[in-house]
Amino acid sequence: MGKILKLHQMLLRKEISAKELTESYIAKVNNENPALNAYVRVTEEKALTTADIIDRKIAGGLTLDLLSGIPMALKDNISTKGIETSCCSKILEGYVPVYDATTWHRLDEKGAVLLGKTNMDEFAMGCTCETSVFGASRNPQNTGFVAGGSSGGSATAVAADLALFSLGSDTGGSVRQPASFCGCVGLKPTYGAVSRYGLIAYASSLDTVGVMAQNVEDTAVVFDSISGFDPMDSTSQADYVPCTVDSLEKSIKGRKIGVPKELLEKADPEVKALLLKSLEKYENLGCFVEFFSMPNLITALPAYYIIACAEASSNLGRYDSVRFGNRAESFESIHQMICKTRGEMFGNEVKKRIMLGTFVLSDGYYDKYYAKAQRLRQCLMAEFEKVFAKYDVLITPTSPKTAFKIGQIQNDKEASFNADVCTVCANLAGLPALSLDCGKDEKGLPVGLQIIGNRFRESLILNMARQFEIARGTESEL
Amino acid sequence: MTVGLETHVELKTDTKIFCSCSTAFGGEANTRLCPVCMGLPGALPRLNKAVVEFGVKAGLALNCKISEISYMDRKNYSYPDLPKAYQISQFDVPLCQDGFLTLSSGKKIGIARIHIEEDAGKLIHRDGEILIDYNRAGVPLIEIVSEPHIESVEEAKEFVEKLRLIMRYIGVSDCKMQEGSMRCDVNVSVSETDELGTRCEIKNMNSIANMAKAIEYEANRQQELLKKGQTVLQETLGFDEKSGKTYPMRTKEDADDYRFFREPDLPGVHISLEEIENIRKTLPELFDAKLNRYINDLGLEKRDAALILKYPKVAEFFEKASTGVKAPQKAANLILGVIFAFLKTESQKEEFKLIISPENLKELVLMVESEKVSNHKAKELLEKMLSEGEGVLAQDIKALDDSELDALCYKAIEENPKVVSDYKGGKEKAIMALVGAVMRASKGRADAEKAKAKLIDILK
Repeated sequence: MGKILKLHQMLLRKEISAKELTESYIAKVNNENPALNAYVRVTEEKALTTADIIDRKIAGGLTLDLLSGIPMALKDNISTKGIETSCCSKILEGYVPVYDATTWHRLDEKGAVLLGKTNMDEFAMGCTCETSVFGASRNPQNTGFVAGGSSGGSATAVAADLALFSLGSDTGGSVRQPASFCGCVGLKPTYGAVSRYGLIAYASSLDTVGVMAQNVEDTAVVFDSISGFDPMDSTSQADYVPCTVDSLEKSIKGRKIGVPKELLEKADPEVKALLLKSLEKYENLGCFVEFFSMPNLITALPAYYIIACAEASSNLGRYDSVRFGNRAESFESIHQMICKTRGEMFGNEVKKRIMLGTFVLSDGYYDKYYAKAQRLRQCLMAEFEKVFAKYDVLITPTSPKTAFKIGQIQNDKEASFNADVCTVCANLAGLPALSLDCGKDEKGLPVGLQIIGNRFRESLILNMARQFEIARGTESEL
Repeated sequence: MTVGLETHVELKTDTKIFCSCSTAFGGEANTRLCPVCMGLPGALPRLNKAVVEFGVKAGLALNCKISEISYMDRKNYSYPDLPKAYQISQFDVPLCQDGFLTLSSGKKIGIARIHIEEDAGKLIHRDGEILIDYNRAGVPLIEIVSEPHIESVEEAKEFVEKLRLIMRYIGVSDCKMQEGSMRCDVNVSVSETDELGTRCEIKNMNSIANMAKAIEYEANRQQELLKKGQTVLQETLGFDEKSGKTYPMRTKEDADDYRFFREPDLPGVHISLEEIENIRKTLPELFDAKLNRYINDLGLEKRDAALILKYPKVAEFFEKASTGVKAPQKAANLILGVIFAFLKTESQKEEFKLIISPENLKELVLMVESEKVSNHKAKELLEKMLSEGEGVLAQDIKALDDSELDALCYKAIEENPKVVSDYKGGKEKAIMALVGAVMRASKGRADAEKAKAKLIDILK
């Protein structure tokens, strides 16, 4: 049984009140967050108010949603009405949205208890959470290591049990990779399965709102609660009403698993060994495992960076300090105000990506870079279509490496570039993908296994993950 | 001289192109806003279907091919009145392509494309401060791009005037240039050879008169340069109303690079052939069809037909006043002669606010036709009606009573002995001269038939 369901039953049986549950989590956050830096803003008052409403509902015998009274966290790029949402950037310091993101709105209506906003790489650009204006989140398994990124704070909060679940965003792996580094579950949904309305955009055609939780069942419960059509997001799928929880316990016997060699070869030996061991588990569960080659998975990485940066350069143009956000102190003209603000308030990683994106879209370079990257993306999608005619799911490492040391790759551009090699393909093709803990390396750091499904097959990948979780739980001491 | 025009027309849909804020003109600054049209972080556009429908209407009225699938693209540039720092527009696959507009000479001016896009807000400079009103941000526009087929200032003027009327008659826009709901950019080039010369673009013409002046000035300027053996630089120009001169804003070298790319937040714009046909069916009578009907079916003078059609409200009034009358030209004469003299300014004609109804005018026209009143008297009556109301008609037209008619008939006979003797001598037609005299004396109030009968009776 998932942790959320367990707590839900305890709330119903009045073994614990929502207030007690919330207070215990707030105490824990106050205690542990200074060392972990998972939260950048704690919303204690809002949390206690919600808990109080839930307790009154329970007392009145009203029906409760599964998520009512459940303490959770949101990445700092998901808009929360009345609560500062800064993308961990200086440029949005003090920006308080006037509307709720659809995902948060859906959770809020169900009575989920928001503990706070979590740390992230500035504007979700990074893979270690170190580009945050608030400094890096720490890996709860070992605070000398990064939590991963960009949803590092969300992963840390969940893995350290400073929240039952959290929402992150995944543009190139930003939910799955930190989940893998911290040892929790991270689900990146199909593009269009979960509304992006209110998610502060990094790269619109790749961005998704994802779920991080302590186990697969909790992940499924949260995904079911936030997914489905939203008229406010024109890219959300009209007729998708997922109920993934119902499929979790199904047998996966006979399922065909494809393993792309190219991504397996990218992994460190320890990661590779654990992945192969995991595949054996799947075979023991009656699945067929086949290794195959898909060279385009490697070219996906530069294509991803070109497309993501191009869209980012456009999406981030609105931070001119004219209507909202932080503004440079002195200037002599509007033009100078905008230039100085952007120059002073954006971090280096963000500036780098804006410049790269501006370049690949500019006259004379568009065809060479942006148009070519789009063609690669089309090829990749077509190839995935063929692959999914053959396999039910693909399994790869989530990250070729386990968590980096704090500061280790800040100046190693290639390492940070390659960190996304296994995850970006799912974003480029709009596929659902999940990361799940499959063991620990010698340093005691978690290794993540990635399950990629065909579009809108969240039920299947969660089912595959849940069955692995059961097998793993009985065989090891995780 | 070769001229091509890019005309922006604001669509009068109820709501903005990507959100449900009102598009109404004016209003207190920054009151018609939401996260979407303010470009707040995380907000996403959703396409207003009415905008596509209006765009298709415009395309059909300009004989365009309608794209069953077109795409929205981002045009990136930074300006404080542009909330997202990009305008959502259409780049390589616009909604409508390959149309034309026919000038009165019969010459066809090609329409290269029509695309849908969003407007920006407005900067207001006041007391050294810059204020921004975003009410207009997200108001839907269509941009109509002509081919460089225009070869004179006159053609350019007629093109814009006619385009304006076409858009107004299909009801997609008010096209008020002074309010900015219609704006033109003009491309002008001059060449001594068959090849097109280097073009300069003059931005933001806010009236047809200014546009004409700008083209005139710019063509001369280029001509002079060429005469001196100098070359014309490809530039973007502004037009200074006071001096009547164009001035450079930026050259080709520092031209904006808009970094167009497909808008990832919106799917393609789909419209089926069936939907296009349904829209075609809802189109009202188009401008050219109306003009032809006025001339060919209603028998109006060409010039009069054009003058009436210049103001949609006048045309509407005319159509109501002339249905069922034998000679619509009479209604036209009264409108153009009397009513236009009464409504002196362009804006009065445009608004066409009268205290009489078209039915009142029709009644008057029918009286003229049945010769109850003369043309001259009808004019006088109409003048009175315009200031005193329709009551004038009822009062004044009260038939003459019999004794009054008798008196006038005797008077006519008395004053026209020659006519009387002609009549008595067998010239039956001479009686009409007497009827005419009675009509004149009664100031058109007499019933001609009745007067004739009475005269014959007296002269028996």
